[in-house]
Amino acid sequence: MAMTMHPMEQFEVSMHGAPMFHVLGQPIYFSNQAVVMCAVVLVGALLLTVLVGKNRLVPTRGQSMAEMAYEFIGSMIDQTAGHAGYRFFPFVLAIFMFVLLSNYFGLIPGVFTITSQIAVNFALAILVVGTAVVVGVAKHGIRFLTLFVPKAPVLLLPLLIPIEIISFLTRPVSLSVRLFANMLAGHTMLNVFGGFVVALGAAGGILSVVSIGPMFMIIAVMALEFLVAFLQAYVFAMLTCIYLNEALHLHDHH
Amino acid sequence: MSVEAAKMIGAGLACIALVGAGIGIGDLWGRYLEGALRNPGAAAGQTTNLLLGFALVEATGLYGLVIALIILFT
Repeated sequence: MAMTMHPMEQFEVSMHGAPMFHVLGQPIYFSNQAVVMCAVVLVGALLLTVLVGKNRLVPTRGQSMAEMAYEFIGSMIDQTAGHAGYRFFPFVLAIFMFVLLSNYFGLIPGVFTITSQIAVNFALAILVVGTAVVVGVAKHGIRFLTLFVPKAPVLLLPLLIPIEIISFLTRPVSLSVRLFANMLAGHTMLNVFGGFVVALGAAGGILSVVSIGPMFMIIAVMALEFLVAFLQAYVFAMLTCIYLNEALHLHDHH
Repeated sequence: MSVEAAKMIGAGLACIALVGAGIGIGDLWGRYLEGALRNPGAAAGQTTNLLLGFALVEATGLYGLVIALIILFT
């Protein structure tokens, strides 16, 4: 069958043309991934600036959409990190919009999904956890290490402290792999069901009629993927807020 | 048994992780509904925790998928 593709083919980073420049002897290409990333940043920046630029009292559809994003992140920070968290509003909003738009761009057929690359997600996750550590150390100094000492009987501490440290160290991995695995699984599933439709449709006769079944299945899965795309961006931003809250307030509540 | 065959079996076994994810997600939503029907007033306030828990539980199942992919493609 000429039409069937390997379901993993869509995740291949393709590098065309000559490398743009070299860093430490490594060639840097302008890949399909970089194209989508530029588009995501551009669209995100336009959405959040131009649409609210006029600042009408009765908002247009676009303006209320952008305002919704601002309010959404604002209330998220308020609930998790409290007032001190508002300093990180631009950071959390940028992360949220980047992940959300990357996920949604990936749902356009034929567009590369940049959050299906573990490298991209890991860079984001390291940025989040690194920021949390820097903020915590800057605010509390050496007292930041009490984050690893839970409120528990002293006898249990030798057991709990290593667990806390390991769970802290795996945060970048779990944060990035969660997003990566969700995007990978969803897009692979879409591709496999798409393969069903193509194969059945090409089979001819009664089978071509039957191919309407997987077709509706794709539409349902697509709707699910829209939910997952939002949910993953939400969880990513939410966990960013939670980590920042821990760095800001250690074990106390805000 | 050839390495290729063992890889296929291993990738299939890695998908057992989905059992846990299924139990977890079912339990999560079931208990949320249980609580929401007892006290509908508090239900809306807990959707944040619900979705957060959902994503965390779902991710554990997907780690199994990642392991399966690592086995298959390395």
